Amino acid sequence: MDYTMREWVHMARIHGSIAAAAIAAQAAESGVSAQSIRTTMQHHLYCMQEAVQNGLDEQARSVTGLTGGQAALMMKYYRRGSSLCGTLLGKAEVYALATAECNACMGKIVAAPTAGACGILPGAIIAMMEEKGVTEEQAVDALFVAAAVGQSIATQASISGAEGGCQAECGSAAAMAAAALTHLQGGNAQQCADAAAFAIMNLLGLVCDPVGGLVEVPCVYRNVGSSGVAFSAADMVLSGICCPIDPDEVIQAMKEVGDALPASLRETGEGGCAACGSICARLRL
Amino acid sequence: MDLFDLIGPVMIGPSSSHTAGAARIGLTARMLLGEEMIRAEIGLHGSFAKTYRGHGTDRALVGGLMGMNVDDVRLRESLALAQQAGISVNFYQINIRGAHPNTVRLTVTGKSGRMLVIEAASVGGGNIEVHKIDGLGVNFTGKENTMIIRHTDVTGAIASITGTLASKNVNIANVQGYRRQQGGDAMIVMELDGVPDAETLKTIESLPGVQGSTFLARRSDV
Repeated sequence: MDYTMREWVHMARIHGSIAAAAIAAQAAESGVSAQSIRTTMQHHLYCMQEAVQNGLDEQARSVTGLTGGQAALMMKYYRRGSSLCGTLLGKAEVYALATAECNACMGKIVAAPTAGACGILPGAIIAMMEEKGVTEEQAVDALFVAAAVGQSIATQASISGAEGGCQAECGSAAAMAAAALTHLQGGNAQQCADAAAFAIMNLLGLVCDPVGGLVEVPCVYRNVGSSGVAFSAADMVLSGICCPIDPDEVIQAMKEVGDALPASLRETGEGGCAACGSICARLRL
Repeated sequence: MDLFDLIGPVMIGPSSSHTAGAARIGLTARMLLGEEMIRAEIGLHGSFAKTYRGHGTDRALVGGLMGMNVDDVRLRESLALAQQAGISVNFYQINIRGAHPNTVRLTVTGKSGRMLVIEAASVGGGNIEVHKIDGLGVNFTGKENTMIIRHTDVTGAIASITGTLASKNVNIANVQGYRRQQGGDAMIVMELDGVPDAETLKTIESLPGVQGSTFLARRSDV
């Protein structure tokens, strides 16, 4: 198996869904039972829920003091009913920020697919559980759909900011979340693939420019914005729009764009936001 | 393929390469030392040297050296815990020519006085590569069951070690041998399909020329 989106869609026809195909592939490669693979993913889901709660701590601060406590602020705003994005996406964004801040403050998180982009997928899934009545079992299935998409991107492009820029981290996470959301809303395998492609299309070219080389600014904020991209991508396909470009080609385009990015915009902390004087002064860089 | 490389690892943030990988290097060094450490001299190269404070690389390395895994919440407090335990820790900057940007050289001393020097790199996603042990160039990741055996370069040393494993039905996936000079200190690094039992490890340690061995079990998150 070469893990293209096309192949996952094909496997989904045989196994019933991308989630089932992903579990079968993992079982075949690792020799671990499907049940035990599901249990591991369920444990990962619990860790994601814990990370959200820990990240909502008002007092939390990162080692540098640049981030922490902002998710708590956004949660208060959300609870007042002020969120312009509404109850579902509004909550997904708060949870994405909470997870990303938990990470920045040396809390325990689940890389999805990386630590820097760890908020987007759990934010979307846990908001769906709380706001749309998604069950734990459905959430676990959705995480497998996301993992399959991630595997496809990792195989054909990259999930590392140092190699492909932030499109490879937050872009991949948004694609994984878009496919997971589409699956949760009853979309078929091709629609999951199309949603992933739409998400990547919207974040193509996003640079990796961490201030001071640290996973804080702009990373934690990009987890919020990328959540919005994931929901928009899912909404497009669920409304009946088909992605006009083959999803695997979109992933390959992401690889080409990543290769074309200058080194200063690939996690070296030299260009983009990382070169902005106002924040460097705060960090005394 | 491993889907838990995409959703996972479960780890202490903020960076898989600068935090989780660093903790894993520390833990690997702790296992190779084979005893509690009382002193660590930590040389940071490249990106590790530039960003170690903000990424908690220092805490992750020390936590790993104290036996903590990548998802252990105590990593955050490891520097204070080391101080309380009377462990002396010192960080310095080094430049290792041609090394991966996230490379560290650890010189650790155990409570029996045993010393170990290890050079390793965190190569992304929490994965590591060990490049040097006590001056000998090696190359392993610790992702699979790995056995590291320090021995004297005598004729038949490798044969007797691999023969012992074969007699216990433990299959060797690959084996690498390293030596400083003919008849000098040498090292064998083997990746194994199975897990040798305690008796097998003891038998290997008692073979002529064998100075010591360490078994690193396959990472549970893979």
